[in-house]
Amino acid sequence: MKVAVLKGGSSLEREVSLRSAARVEDAIAALGHEALGIDAGPDLVGRLREERPDVVFIALHGPGGEDGTVQELLEILDLPYSGPGVAACALCMDKVAAKHEMRTAGIPTPDWAAFNATAFRELGAGETLEEIEARLGFPLVVKPARQGSSLGVEFAADRDGVPEALVAAFSYDDRVLLERYVKGRELAVSVLDGEALPIVEAIPRKEDFFNFAARYEIGRTEYVCPAELAEDDAGRVRDLARRTYETLGCSGFARVDLILGDSGPEVLEVNAIPGLTDTSLFPMAAEAAGIDFNGLVERILESARERPASEATLPA
Amino acid sequence: MSEPIEGESGGRRGEPAPRRRRAHTRTRDLERYAGLFAKRTQAMRSSAMRDLMAITARPEVISLAGGLPDTSTFPAESFAAQMTRIAHESSAEALQYGPTEGFEETKACIAQVMAAEGMSPDPDDLIVTTGGQQAIDLITKTLVDPGDAVICEAPTYPGAVPTFCSYEADVHQVSTDDDGMRIDDLEELLAGLAREGRRPKFVYSVPSFQNPAGVTLSEERRRRLVELAREHEMLIVEDNPYGLLRYDGDPQPTLYSLDGGDYVLYLGTLSKILSPGIRIGWVAAPPPVLEKIGLGKQAADLCTSTLSQYFVHEYFGESRWRAYISDLVEIYRERRDAMLDALERHFPPQADWTRPEGGLFLWATLPDYIDTTDLLAKALRENVAFVPGRSAYVDGVSGASSMRLNFSASSEAELREGIRRIGHVISEQIQLYETITGEHRVAAPPDEDEEPGGEVVPLPKR
Repeated sequence: MKVAVLKGGSSLEREVSLRSAARVEDAIAALGHEALGIDAGPDLVGRLREERPDVVFIALHGPGGEDGTVQELLEILDLPYSGPGVAACALCMDKVAAKHEMRTAGIPTPDWAAFNATAFRELGAGETLEEIEARLGFPLVVKPARQGSSLGVEFAADRDGVPEALVAAFSYDDRVLLERYVKGRELAVSVLDGEALPIVEAIPRKEDFFNFAARYEIGRTEYVCPAELAEDDAGRVRDLARRTYETLGCSGFARVDLILGDSGPEVLEVNAIPGLTDTSLFPMAAEAAGIDFNGLVERILESARERPASEATLPA
Repeated sequence: MSEPIEGESGGRRGEPAPRRRRAHTRTRDLERYAGLFAKRTQAMRSSAMRDLMAITARPEVISLAGGLPDTSTFPAESFAAQMTRIAHESSAEALQYGPTEGFEETKACIAQVMAAEGMSPDPDDLIVTTGGQQAIDLITKTLVDPGDAVICEAPTYPGAVPTFCSYEADVHQVSTDDDGMRIDDLEELLAGLAREGRRPKFVYSVPSFQNPAGVTLSEERRRRLVELAREHEMLIVEDNPYGLLRYDGDPQPTLYSLDGGDYVLYLGTLSKILSPGIRIGWVAAPPPVLEKIGLGKQAADLCTSTLSQYFVHEYFGESRWRAYISDLVEIYRERRDAMLDALERHFPPQADWTRPEGGLFLWATLPDYIDTTDLLAKALRENVAFVPGRSAYVDGVSGASSMRLNFSASSEAELREGIRRIGHVISEQIQLYETITGEHRVAAPPDEDEEPGGEVVPLPKR
């Protein structure tokens, strides 16, 4: 079987993607398939037409690869691919759209307000900040709507910190959200084919608590898998993750990030294509479930090939 | 571990050659590794920033981030002839190990370079190193125990930060202005340390065309700095990679020549006047210090590349090295002028920048609500890159609103376009901030045809 592995691209998470893809390509070769790495650039469609892979493994992170764009191209080319489809990717990439969807489905997610830059520039959105701050309280979290990893995510401890955090978040996307800060344990639930894997807990070092960049570094954040949770808490968290995965229309796999606070678990976001590097949480969870990396890649390829009829939006 | 920003090479990033990789790391191995890491590794730069910097190497990006000299002007035919001569005449020796301290012939070449800046070291006071970077590492390794005080400029050479951190130095940064390190602030810091019964091991300085700020230490301050070293019996590490790359103004005496080499350890390199790829640098130091540095060098890599040293002998043997520097000076002067001109045209009035008389860099400072690490993400979408100011500070927090801009590695047209794009993203962020905070001042960039209105402002004191 010939498997194309899409990697790199021009997103800010290019390096993470290259590391994910390197591991995936090795696993594909170890499984006895032909792995064909393709750096997602202007020649992507041409290469895919020429190579006609049996299945495409998308190891891209961030806008472009994780937001439905590449998935749409693969639909048009009629090539089966790994992970969630076009609509689910588009939803997961956009934290604001995903939160609306969750709220409608009754999935708890922290309160928020979202704006694009135009709202500030042309509609005087700045004048509503005081009210938003009063409703969300401090500290609050400011995030770009569409950006992976922790890039551009900032705490604002008080009013004075808000404009600066907004300017930072707007560096990554034209749309940002201000979100209520929920104190609690930081959990990640990887979902494989609709099944929730063991929960990973991220415990940052005290001095790095407000530094989101440190969340992705071993040595600065401790990961515990399976997370040490009371049985009913763990059950609730995994149920919620599974429901979220279904609500956003995911298929294949995804990772759901949650906070377990005093009033129960709340979903922060869903990653349609979670990292697959040596230090990523998804392979860590799979391993805790007794699925080694090769096995994980095999499962993902199987589910890609078994994907039900495409979501094609064009007449055949 | 770290990929120093200086190493950013704009290298190709295509399909990697097929290679065998080890089996993947398992979770429990990760935990085991995490438990094994030395504490000092926690002080190292975040991987997010490293990843961001890696993107700056994409070919479509105009990178003003590197610290690269322009090696395209080096005559390829001479290079071929020199290497051919080595292959024919000294193949066995050039492929062999060499002495840890370097060949006498290499030291003679180094002596010529130092003489061009008015220094005449005893060849026995020299050790050839694998680039200037190794010299910084060896000196820190030789002198610093964990917790020892080390002083450097604010901002400082970004490549020195991981070195100081990896030896767990207690780094104090002294502010700079247009005349380089503020010696009054240094004196205050020394007095404060003395009150705690502490004495710094050394003051690290790039006195000429400083990396990253582009400023040059005035002669008066140089003299005072050397006096202070004597008074406090502390060493000065003078890092002088760019001294011969002066585009206007008069040469300043080196700290080494003012001091006579008693308290000043001098670092030089051929990276900026010949090639960074050959990795040839050196230290001039008093014999007792040099001996320890030599032991460290032995432990690190036994000797500096023999082949590179042979190339240096050949190159200096042709006696055209000064002419080549003159060529570089002409090219870089025009590039600096192009960058300064573009800054005046395209940067908003809220931005300040330095006006270097030489070297490869200048330093621009924006309003304090702009974090240049975030701004880099936005700039990368416009395919332009710079070094965020944070990397020039040991705390990783200061300097957040500044950026280092390199003018040696891009053509004048690229420099102008790169600065235009950066100016555009800055103006957008300023305007956004002002609308958010309700300051409705218009912050549009000056019109293309308008007279340059930007003013050159001294480096802010911070």
